[in-house]
Order: sequence, then C-alpha cells, then structure tokens
Amino acid sequence: MDFEPFERLGAYERLRDGLRAYRLITAMWVRSTMAYRASFAMTALGNFAATALDFVAILLMFSRVDRLGGYSLPEVALLYGVSGVAFGFADLALGSMDRLGRRVRDGTLDTLLVRPVPVLAQVAADRFALRRLGRITQGLLVLGYALAVLDIHWTPLKVLMMPVMLLSGAAIFSAVFVAGGAFQFVAQDASEVQNSFTYGGNTLLQYPPTVFAKDMLRGVTFVLPLAFVNWLPALYVLGRPYPLDLPTWVAFASPVVAALCCALAGLAWRAGLRAYRSTGS
Amino acid sequence: MGTARLYAAVAGSGFRRYATYRIATAAGVFTNTVFGLILAYLFIALWDSKPHLGGYDQAQALTYVWVSQGLLMVVAMMGGGFEDELIERIRTGDIAIDLYRPADLQMWWLAQDMGRALFHLLGRGVVPLLFGALVFDLALPSDPLTWLAFLVAVALGVAVGFSIRFLVALSAFWLLDGAGVAQLTSIAGIFCSGMLLPLNVFPGTLGEVVRALPWSSLIQAPVDVLLGTADPLGTYAVQAAWAAGLLAAGRLVQSVATRRVVVQGG
Repeated sequence: MDFEPFERLGAYERLRDGLRAYRLITAMWVRSTMAYRASFAMTALGNFAATALDFVAILLMFSRVDRLGGYSLPEVALLYGVSGVAFGFADLALGSMDRLGRRVRDGTLDTLLVRPVPVLAQVAADRFALRRLGRITQGLLVLGYALAVLDIHWTPLKVLMMPVMLLSGAAIFSAVFVAGGAFQFVAQDASEVQNSFTYGGNTLLQYPPTVFAKDMLRGVTFVLPLAFVNWLPALYVLGRPYPLDLPTWVAFASPVVAALCCALAGLAWRAGLRAYRSTGS
Repeated sequence: MGTARLYAAVAGSGFRRYATYRIATAAGVFTNTVFGLILAYLFIALWDSKPHLGGYDQAQALTYVWVSQGLLMVVAMMGGGFEDELIERIRTGDIAIDLYRPADLQMWWLAQDMGRALFHLLGRGVVPLLFGALVFDLALPSDPLTWLAFLVAVALGVAVGFSIRFLVALSAFWLLDGAGVAQLTSIAGIFCSGMLLPLNVFPGTLGEVVRALPWSSLIQAPVDVLLGTADPLGTYAVQAAWAAGLLAAGRLVQSVATRRVVVQGG
C-alpha cells in the first residue's frame, strides 16, 4: 500500500485512506474466513440462532400475555427489527473494537501505530467477522414480519423514515462502539462496560419504551441518545407518542443526532489515542 | 501432599487467578447491573399484565432477575470458564503433559472451576443482588438456613455446568476445533437455563422439556430453592443425579480420548 505520510493529509484524504485500508483489511479477513466455508456457515448460523433466541423469548412472553407495556407483538417486532438491523450493521463494521483493550494490555497495539494506516481502520477491521451477517439477517426477518403484519397508515414521510432510521441507528451504534474503544485506552480491562452499552443498548431498544422508568428514558434520550436509533422514529411510524412529552419533530432528528454522535466519538477516539502509553516491557 | 489438599490448592489457584482481574470484574458487575435493570423493568411490565405468571408474584420475579444476573458467571453457561483453555491444550497437544501429571484430569479442572465459581459468586454475584435489593422490592428470605440451602444448590449447579462444559471440551479430541460445539452448547445453555426467562413461564410441552434438561439445574433450581418455591431435597436429588451422570459420561469419554492421545503419539 502506498500511503502518504499521514500528517500532511487533509481530513478528506485521511477519511479516504482510512476507508481504503479498512476495505483491504476486511477483504483479507473475508478471504481467510472463506478458506473454511463449512466453518463459516456454521458460525454464521450460530450467530443467527444466538440472536434469534431474544426474539423467541419475546414470543414466549406473548404466549402468556397479549400486550407488553401496552404494545402488541407486531409493534414490538418493529422495534426489535429496527434495533437489531441497525445494531447488526454497527456490529459487523466495528464489532471487533472490544478487542482493543487486549491489544493495549499485551502491547500489540504498538504494531498498529507504526504502520502508515489510520489506527481506527486497523482496529475496526481486525479479525473482521463476516459471520455477524447472521445477526443482520435475523433482524431483517423480524422487521419483515412486522411490516407484513402491521396495519400502518403509510405516508411518504413514514416510508422515507424506514431507511433513514436504519442508517442513523447504525451510525449511532457505531459511535458507541468507537467511544467504547476510546474508553478502553484508559480502562484496558473493561470491555464488558462497552458491551453493556452496545449489547445492553440493543436489548433495551428491543422493548417498548413504556416498559422502562422515566429516568432511564431521559438517560437514553438526552445523555446517550440511543432513543434516536428506533424508539423516537419508529413510534412516529406507528403513530404512537413517546412517553416523554417531546415534540413530534424529534422523530426526524435521528440523522443529526447520529452525525453529532459520530463527531463526538471521533474526538474521544483521538483523545484516547493521544493518551495511550505503551506497556513497554 | 494428600489428594484432598492437592485439589484444594488447585481450587485456590483457580480463585486467585480470576481475582487478579479486578477492573474486568468491576466492569462485569456493571454489565450485570445494566442487564438486571432492563430485565427488571421488563418483568414488572410482564407481571403487571399477568400477576402470578409462572407461579411467582412480582417480588419473586424481580428476585429471580437479580439472583440470576449474579449467577450467570458462577455457572458460566455462556462459556468463559476453563473449557477454552482445555480445548486449546487438546488442539496443541499440551494435553499430553497434563495426562502425565499425578492428578486426574477431570478432578483437576473441576477443582479449578470450583475456585473460579467461588470467586465469581463473591466478585460478581453480591453487588448486583445488593443493587437490586436497594432499588426494587425483592422477596429475599431472612432465614439463614434458606441461604445455606441456596448455596448448596448453587454448588450442585456449578458441578452440572462444569460437567457439561467438560464434555464440550473433550469433543476437541475428535473435532480439533471445539468452537462450534462450544457455541451450540452456550446457545442451549442461555435458552434452557432460564437466563432469558424463568423456565416456569415457558408454556406447555416446551416448558416441561426445558425443565427436565440438565441446564435447569444451573439457575432455575438454585433460585427456586432461595425463593422457597421448590423443595430443597428434591431439587438436590435432581441436580446430583445430573452431576453424577454427566461426570460419569465425562470420565468415560476421557478414558476413550486418552487412549486416542497415546495412539497419536505413537
């Protein structure tokens, strides 16, 4: 790879180089995965099955109750599907970020620092796991079920909301992954904290907001704005009000919130990288 | 050194080994608390619309949430115990060295896993339960004997969890890569142990099947002993039967597998 010295590049070139490096490294891992096709098929199926269990649990609940927090099964399926697909994309692209702490601990991060390739691209693409397509597939199936069964009064705005919601949601979750990685420069051994915001956030969003305490809703609306992944936009599509008395237009704010989250996560990442001190020997 | 002292020392080293990871333990406690919160509000919604679901009242259901979050790592049904290391030793051939040691392979790892479980009970079990008790109305027993009975059920649950994962690890003798089997077993464990939803809530035949499987010994059984919704002695009998049966199966597979190593080594 012929990368120019990093410092002399502008923001656009850096982004372009980063994406190119990310593409090359992920392509390498995909090739190595495909060397064992049977193994890939099994792990992708396992990924699918493991995520599907959450939804099976929801089905089991609905075998005993008609409504959960006032929501019907197809409505919960819509929330579940959107969150699952958005999280699935972020997990596919950046799910390896939680390995960063290990690299900081054992010193192998230094290898990445001396390469003329953006560190974020290298860390994110490290051991790129194509099997995570299983999670996306599972989310898409549940989302498809919800859209087929729900009787939504579609308007052009609501139709547009669907892809916007998935993309913004994926971007918000991606920001959480990157911020979690930045946190691990400092905490090193605390990848589970990151998991509670990524996997925990996804689990939270799979249920109706009416289930949770108002303080939790305020936290995921104003502090860590996960509510913009699916709750706020999806409740607009369903024609239901959000339990916190917010104006309707916040349902459309997801792309802006996502951009803001990504910018903040980028800053956190750079701060973390600058604070990094190698373990030495 | 006597055999009992040897295994006590191994258990002690298992305890100390996991006690080294203090930040990771604190991070794990945080995660269990976050998931506990999500599940607790979910269960409140469920039990609000259907009181006495699965034979629990709301306080018992909430107790179920926080005790099960505390037990997740203790019974290690999602993996994260000794099995990854044992699989790796089988794959690389280091297992041959282990077999020369004057200690039994299964007992050695059982002792190590008991030490690990004890650490996780103290390190990751107590704080989430305390948090849950502070924030929610739980149905915790005041009788120390009930807590003692609970701890016995936890110990038996750990033995069942160990024996399942020991069989999983030994599959690496044949498959070399045990990852697929470990993944399938952890999926079964998550679903059938009652981690997602109490097994009492599972409807009809499915409920009867999951309650009859060995994974019900891991979480459902100890929690029911603590809540007083199950007879301790009957519960122990089921757990002990599973532990004995699965340990015996592990021993059988171990002896078959060990002969394989000798053949491979020439």
